[in-house]
Amino acid sequence: MPEVLRAPLVVEFPFTRSLGPVQSAFLTGLRERTVLGVRTGDGNVLVPPVEYDPATAEELRDLVEVAATGTVTTWAWNPQPRRGQPLATPFAWVLVRLDGADTALLHALDAPGPEAVRTGMRVRVRWAAERSGAITDIACFEAYAGESSAPASPHSGTFADPVTGIVAPARLDYTYSPGRATSAYLEALAERRIVGERCPSCHKVYVPPRGACPTCGVATTDQVEAGPRGTVTTFCIVNIKAKNLDIEVPYVYAHIALDGADLALHARIGGIPYDQVRMGLRVEPVWTEGARHPDHYRPTGEPDAGYDTYKELL
Amino acid sequence: MRDVAIVAFAQTDHRRRSDELSEVEMLMPVLHQVLTRTGLQTADIGFTCSGSSDYLAGRAFSFTMALDGVGAWPPISESHVEMDGAWALYEAWVKLLTGEADTALVYAYGKSSSGEVRDVLTRQLDPYYVAPLWPDSVSLAALQAQALIDAGATDEPALAEAAARSRADATANPHAQLKGEVPRGDHVVHPLRTADCPPIGDGAAAVILAAGDRARDLCDRPAWIRGMDHRIEPHSLGVRDLTDSPSTRLAAERAGAFERRVDTAELHAPFSSQEVVLRRALNLDETVRVNPSGGALAANPVMATGLIRIGEAAARICRGESDRALAHATSGPCLQQNLVAVLEGEAHA
Ligand SMILES: [Zn+2]
Repeated sequence: MPEVLRAPLVVEFPFTRSLGPVQSAFLTGLRERTVLGVRTGDGNVLVPPVEYDPATAEELRDLVEVAATGTVTTWAWNPQPRRGQPLATPFAWVLVRLDGADTALLHALDAPGPEAVRTGMRVRVRWAAERSGAITDIACFEAYAGESSAPASPHSGTFADPVTGIVAPARLDYTYSPGRATSAYLEALAERRIVGERCPSCHKVYVPPRGACPTCGVATTDQVEAGPRGTVTTFCIVNIKAKNLDIEVPYVYAHIALDGADLALHARIGGIPYDQVRMGLRVEPVWTEGARHPDHYRPTGEPDAGYDTYKELL
Repeated sequence: MRDVAIVAFAQTDHRRRSDELSEVEMLMPVLHQVLTRTGLQTADIGFTCSGSSDYLAGRAFSFTMALDGVGAWPPISESHVEMDGAWALYEAWVKLLTGEADTALVYAYGKSSSGEVRDVLTRQLDPYYVAPLWPDSVSLAALQAQALIDAGATDEPALAEAAARSRADATANPHAQLKGEVPRGDHVVHPLRTADCPPIGDGAAAVILAAGDRARDLCDRPAWIRGMDHRIEPHSLGVRDLTDSPSTRLAAERAGAFERRVDTAELHAPFSSQEVVLRRALNLDETVRVNPSGGALAANPVMATGLIRIGEAAARICRGESDRALAHATSGPCLQQNLVAVLEGEAHA
């Protein structure tokens, strides 16, 4: 069995989110060093504020201002901060009930060590030097000697130039491993061979193989060579240039039934004007130097295949 | 309403990595095992439902690839939940209760080894106020653990004891990933140490459900589902009392768990501290056998762990080792969502 392949895979996406009136007021408030909460029908002050009462589902709009000081309700010492977390040095995660609030806000507490943190300790917001209207406008919390201050006071939630949306970037790192069947397929491609796997039950040959026959639900283990020549079964003409793709439009993307395969794979067709590609066209792979897979397929010059020879693979 | 039972259960050996297997390659053996045990073939299955998450592998629509292992041609009746397979089982149970199918195949899988599962799970959090801080799953569980310690509900030695008991029980479970003596280790996030946290690993599980006499035909002692319910709590951690789990208690009540005593409980508690919360919410005393499989502390293939709890409880009934068992599955940070199933075996095999 060839070595199983592994490669880094990064999934990264900037989620653009719009804010409702309550979230907009809260995040704009943070930019202005003002912490807002929302009062529920039974008088509780929720910080951070939500638009609907978690107990009654009643819509909430009654904004109040609370203090930037508060009390730790629970904590957890994080000795090894991870990427994206508020502080790069060891810190405590804390739930903080701000003075005037009835619920707690999750954030980080800057402290010299776990012995300096306890439930009930008094803390205050340390504001970020640059603020944009995001939860990270609170850089973290820090120890604070003062007692609890005034209760929540009404606030209009109105600020100049309100924040109406946030961009929430996310990045996750993976090590992708395609498994046994696909690894074998990719290894063979690197040697410019195309291999599929035959289902032991229905005897269909799958290229590329994924290790299972989707019809029979059994493992395909019997490796067979396919192609390299094949027949275009159907195709489309691509007219819009994809980002980061170095191919001139229009070009043709086709389903190709490799000789000996029972399922068509898809690939780009080159070496022929886009408007001359047709069903039944006989093609072969074109390998570029050092590539692990064919760059595209081009006409072989053979006569076109008869419809009956590939109609089952459409 | 007709009776529905679990008639077969299978799971993989759970391992830290399984690079040589794609998801479908990992899943297929357990699908074949439950089919073989019941003598059913794909064409005999009335409904198929699965649970998994694209975020674990970092690939879109990954469940469609896994479907290759089922044999989806000719077309089958199929559904998927982007969550733990326990919720897929709930959907299948409802389908059978309505009479739309007599048998169902439920499966779930997770390859946590592909990414950093602690980071991956942050993406399920509130995207406005919480996710931008990247609080990882261990950190959030640690906040809950400290709240329990402050409330006097547990302490670090008691947590260590629960973790040790799970791993000791897991020695009898050939599929478990972490078993026997496991050092307590350093604090991963205080107050949780390495031993208080679940292993990271890959695995899959499958279950077959059947209704009425069909279940009796397929299994000597079916595990009848007497009730099942799931409930959720506010997403904001600072709104909840982290030392309690009212959603678990309500789901258990609606599932009928408190009507009569259970002898076994399979609890989905990835962290030792969460077992404390669940035992309190479910009123489980020392006479109830909790997690004889070793639980999530012994094997935690994310998205399959909850389904495995139900499968383990059912298997114990099928083997005659339990007459009435409770199975619990959770999802989200600090036991945010909870599902409870009550299973029973008939008096005579
Ligand atoms: Zn087949």
